[in-house]
Amino acid sequence: MLDITNLCKKYNGFELDHISFQLPKGFIMGLVGKNGAGKSTTIKSIMNMLDFQGEILVNGYDNIRCEKQVKQTVGVVVDQPFFPTIFTLEQVEKYAGAFYENWGKDAYYKLLSKFGRLPKKKVSELSRGMGVKLQLAVALSHKAKLLLLDEPTSGLDPVARDELMDILMEYIQDGENSVLFSTHISADLEKIADYVTVLSSGKLFYTGEKDILMEKYAIIKGNYKNVSGELEQNLIGTRKYGDSFEAMILKEKYTASDAFQTENAKIDDILIYAERSA
Amino acid sequence: MVIVIKNNSNVPIYDQIKNQILDAIMSGEIKEGECLPSIRGLARDLKVSVITTTKAYNDLETAGYIFAVQGKGYYVSERSNEILYEKLLEEIESHFDQAILISKKAALKETDLIAILQNLLKQEER
Repeated sequence: MLDITNLCKKYNGFELDHISFQLPKGFIMGLVGKNGAGKSTTIKSIMNMLDFQGEILVNGYDNIRCEKQVKQTVGVVVDQPFFPTIFTLEQVEKYAGAFYENWGKDAYYKLLSKFGRLPKKKVSELSRGMGVKLQLAVALSHKAKLLLLDEPTSGLDPVARDELMDILMEYIQDGENSVLFSTHISADLEKIADYVTVLSSGKLFYTGEKDILMEKYAIIKGNYKNVSGELEQNLIGTRKYGDSFEAMILKEKYTASDAFQTENAKIDDILIYAERSA
Repeated sequence: MVIVIKNNSNVPIYDQIKNQILDAIMSGEIKEGECLPSIRGLARDLKVSVITTTKAYNDLETAGYIFAVQGKGYYVSERSNEILYEKLLEEIESHFDQAILISKKAALKETDLIAILQNLLKQEER
């Protein structure tokens, strides 16, 4: 569904460095990394909102050469709805209906009432959560095959976040649609994401199944004096305090020892230690 | 069938799903030939990833408890509870083997070993 190869982008003091990943049809992928790791740049590149090097295919179509087809296929949820703020939700319907070939007016109004929105409201009057839902209603009403969400859960309360997770799970039910959402709230991700792509300072740290990532690393703690030279080479993002240390390590590179305490690294841990070592 | 997930458990979620389906098969709550929830529907209901429910179903299928019908979904296999029953018997036997081995180390008499078992059973009843 989404196929990114060697995506590169340079700004002042920032570089997205040869990012490649695939998202198959029917699954949800979380895109994680700290602020400035390159999440939004990746999503904007897919939407062809900025110049980039590399190749991005959506449903097999190149997103630059076949921009029209791709725009019809993709639904987007960003920080601020990209409709004029003076529009009412009825006007949004007409605007979107004119743009999208597969537009479903009934579907739009059905979703709005399901989400509890009043058609006479203006875009400017929407709260953050309502803005997210409006964009979802538009994306679902034009039968988007790929949903891109940039930080959809930041600024949402736990109830609204849970509702969003429900909507996304419903969206992938027929196995034809895919979701890519960037977030730094790992709780959302740890639940429903099938795949995870971790960016760290513009580089690809991991891409693949979430369950595999969550079994891949351990946090190791103990007395630093007990760390052998060989072990030290495998430690990621070591932090020392007094005689003690904590670090992350690939489980396959570590043989259990009584000298250290270990526990499974969660996605938050992986972000922190990966960033520290970058 | 009731399936509930503990998010902060050491048991992986796919194992939790698997175990609860096996419990339902063993108790007869779901019967031979009965249709299971769809992989995607179950993922939605439990709010877990599709890959997780797929893995649980794949494991159950490989072990012969359920089977897939193309385009329709997953069903409980014929004899699934017999297979499970056999599995459980094997498990009991291997634990008894262990106990026998240990009792030999402790030079326990056969009657004493049986007495221990009977005692434990009595405690269990209470």
